[in-house]
Amino acid sequence: MNLAFHGFADDGKARLPGSLHVNRRLSRWLAFHPDGTATIRPGKVELGQGILTTLAQIAAEELGLPLSSIRVAPTVTGESPDEAVTSGSLSVQECGMALRHACADARALFLSVAAQSSGVPREALRVEAGSFLGPDGVEVSSYAALSDRDLLDAEASPDVSPIPAGARRVAGTSAPRLDLPPKLRGEPRFLHDMRLPGMLHARMIRPPRPGARLVTVPDFALREGDFLAVVAASEAEATRMAERAARLARWEGGIAFPADWPRWLEDTPGERSTVAEQGEAQDGTQVLRRVFWRPFIAHASVGTCCAVALWEAGALRVWSHSQGPYNLRTDLAKALRLPPEAVVVEHREGAGCYGHNGADDVALDAALCARAHPGRPVRALWTRAEELAAAPLSPAMRVAVEVHRDGEGRIVSWRTEARGNGHSGRPGRAKDPALLSAPLLPGAAPMPVSINPPLAGGGGVQRNLVPLYRLPHVKAEMVRLTEMPIRASALRGLGALANVWAIESVMDELAEGDPVGFRLRHLDDPRAATVLREAVALSGFENRHALSEGEGMGIALARYKNTGAWCAVVAHIRAEERLRCLALHLACDMGEVINPDGALNQLEGGAIHGTSIALKEEARFDEECILSTSWDTYPVLRFSEVPRVAVKLIARPEEPPLGAGEPSVAPTIAAIANAVHQALGIRPTRLPFTPENLAKESD
Amino acid sequence: MGFTLNGRPAEHPGGVTLLEALRSDFALSGPRFGCGQEQCGACHVLLNGESVPSCALPVEAAEGREVTTVEGLTPHPLQAAFEAEQAGQCGFCLSGILVSAAALLRRNPGPDEAAIRAALEPHLCRCGVQNRILRAVRRAVA
Repeated sequence: MNLAFHGFADDGKARLPGSLHVNRRLSRWLAFHPDGTATIRPGKVELGQGILTTLAQIAAEELGLPLSSIRVAPTVTGESPDEAVTSGSLSVQECGMALRHACADARALFLSVAAQSSGVPREALRVEAGSFLGPDGVEVSSYAALSDRDLLDAEASPDVSPIPAGARRVAGTSAPRLDLPPKLRGEPRFLHDMRLPGMLHARMIRPPRPGARLVTVPDFALREGDFLAVVAASEAEATRMAERAARLARWEGGIAFPADWPRWLEDTPGERSTVAEQGEAQDGTQVLRRVFWRPFIAHASVGTCCAVALWEAGALRVWSHSQGPYNLRTDLAKALRLPPEAVVVEHREGAGCYGHNGADDVALDAALCARAHPGRPVRALWTRAEELAAAPLSPAMRVAVEVHRDGEGRIVSWRTEARGNGHSGRPGRAKDPALLSAPLLPGAAPMPVSINPPLAGGGGVQRNLVPLYRLPHVKAEMVRLTEMPIRASALRGLGALANVWAIESVMDELAEGDPVGFRLRHLDDPRAATVLREAVALSGFENRHALSEGEGMGIALARYKNTGAWCAVVAHIRAEERLRCLALHLACDMGEVINPDGALNQLEGGAIHGTSIALKEEARFDEECILSTSWDTYPVLRFSEVPRVAVKLIARPEEPPLGAGEPSVAPTIAAIANAVHQALGIRPTRLPFTPENLAKESD
Repeated sequence: MGFTLNGRPAEHPGGVTLLEALRSDFALSGPRFGCGQEQCGACHVLLNGESVPSCALPVEAAEGREVTTVEGLTPHPLQAAFEAEQAGQCGFCLSGILVSAAALLRRNPGPDEAAIRAALEPHLCRCGVQNRILRAVRRAVA
């Protein structure tokens, strides 16, 4: 299951929490061992966000085991539950709640067996550090003692009561991250560090443009159709061979990149659909029209994508930092014309992942090279240029807002349209494989054009297009482009990055100097109002008029996906040669928080990511090629530019958890935009807010 | 050619970058490949106590000198400070950052915030953990 994509479907089965509903066998999720430890098997993966620690806390709590007794197994297809994709700030909801229920169920099952065999009534037994103790404090049994019984070979029961919120002692505390100490010692922990006997090294040579055909091939290279790679015994040799092969290879044709992308966005055909229409359409006497533009944005992870593949006896094993091991397996099988059972994908950690990057793509690269060298593991690694230009980009968007007001200035109608490529081009969902090198293979289908998940599953270009404010009439439409010269897919926040900025910029303009009061007057949602007030109190926003000339504060509010966490941000900026963000103050309500410090880390990181997008980031290209292929040409925020970030979490342990990875990114961008208005007297409509783009605002 | 690697003598035939030698021939995982263009800081090591990128540096440049990677620094008070501040998310950038912070503390035991930021400027952290990292270095100073 992946709610990020599908939303809920009624399948007639008793509803179980999260992904447990579609992976109902307890043995899929956990196992006990004679040494007293337990292994949990999440189908969600570590992307740098700290999810493994959070999931271990949930399991430790429900099982009554110390955190140090919980082992977390890497996701492996065929063994771990299929939880589709780790995305959408949904891992605690889908995996955490499944594990909470499964572990509570396991505890109940084991206690029942211990009660039967000992004669002590079940309600008189308690669990302490994995031991089942009778009323006299004497151990009658334990998970370890019963670990050889097949008690978990059962379907989860809907009638299980996890520990109530008020009695939790592990969930809700800031357990230190389990993965941090080995990473601080530089120990081999990343997929990139994997060393297998006899391992070969692969590098790829990419077509300069989509659709270009390979006409001259260096004789030392590996070719399959238009897929071109080199394989060598050492990394150094592979790198040298790849540089030579790139000089010698000749390509012809291919399609042009949309160098004038704003015009391309307007002129390219697309499918129009209504996202939402609420209330009765009414024209006002005053109409405000604004159009917002955001460019293509890169993932720009500090590490480059990597995979290791082993082809043996017609079967393939791949180690990957994919967000969706099962989905990757599906598309690898299609691209390689193998039955899915012949492919095993095993997760290993990679560098930070902020959406659909090249992790899946490089797995096919490695697999193609491994097929040419059966019996030898092949490690494929992308270059910095591939990381920035060959991975999917977050697609450019145009967002138009038209607000009608009556004679007294009251909003009567909010009409909006978001236009651009779809934000979902992930593998495992389309008829044809959505992996970079798949269309290069002989007889292969072209890359599927990206789509937008339905709003119930979070949406894509339309994510957060509908304002959270009380408005008499809203009409929201989207246009999904049906041509895709630049491969587009999901990056942290998806369409929300532009949509929240558009809404909050227009609300700020309509507020006419009372941005907090105006927003509050249009809010019915008390949790939204609370985060707004808290951000104001934390930041000193009400004293913004005392700032020096050239400085400004701006505020913005969003509820991520309109169903996730609430986040309000106040940005404090100063206009120097370029804009500098000095400080960010955030208030966030994400329901139950399993690991408060982990949540803060995610929210802080999201705010800094948003600052980087707001001030610096834009993929650059001409008609011939993508130009932003290095940190020089795709700059991101550096230490000297990072604002101070303070976050207040609103504690709501009784409420469902809502996820921390993405909610702070979009409102940070919007708050910076609104701060620009105080600092410079203009409302930016083009991201990023560079001197060049700001200069266009007065045109 | 020879050099000292994490306190021990090391021999290498040459012909590759220092990073390739460290990762492939000396089986170290601390120094990481991020860009190969000396622009991200993931591959930093100490060369005679100075923090330098190793991804484009020929291994021959280390001849007769002392090379220290994060493995050679372990255990270091900075690591405890980073753990105390939970200064990491994916962790890919941390080896290089620790190496630069250690070099800073060696030449300036009491750096102010501006000096810490300046020393870490070559390093990218895409997860946005910079404020925690700054706090961790300050904690190690204290």
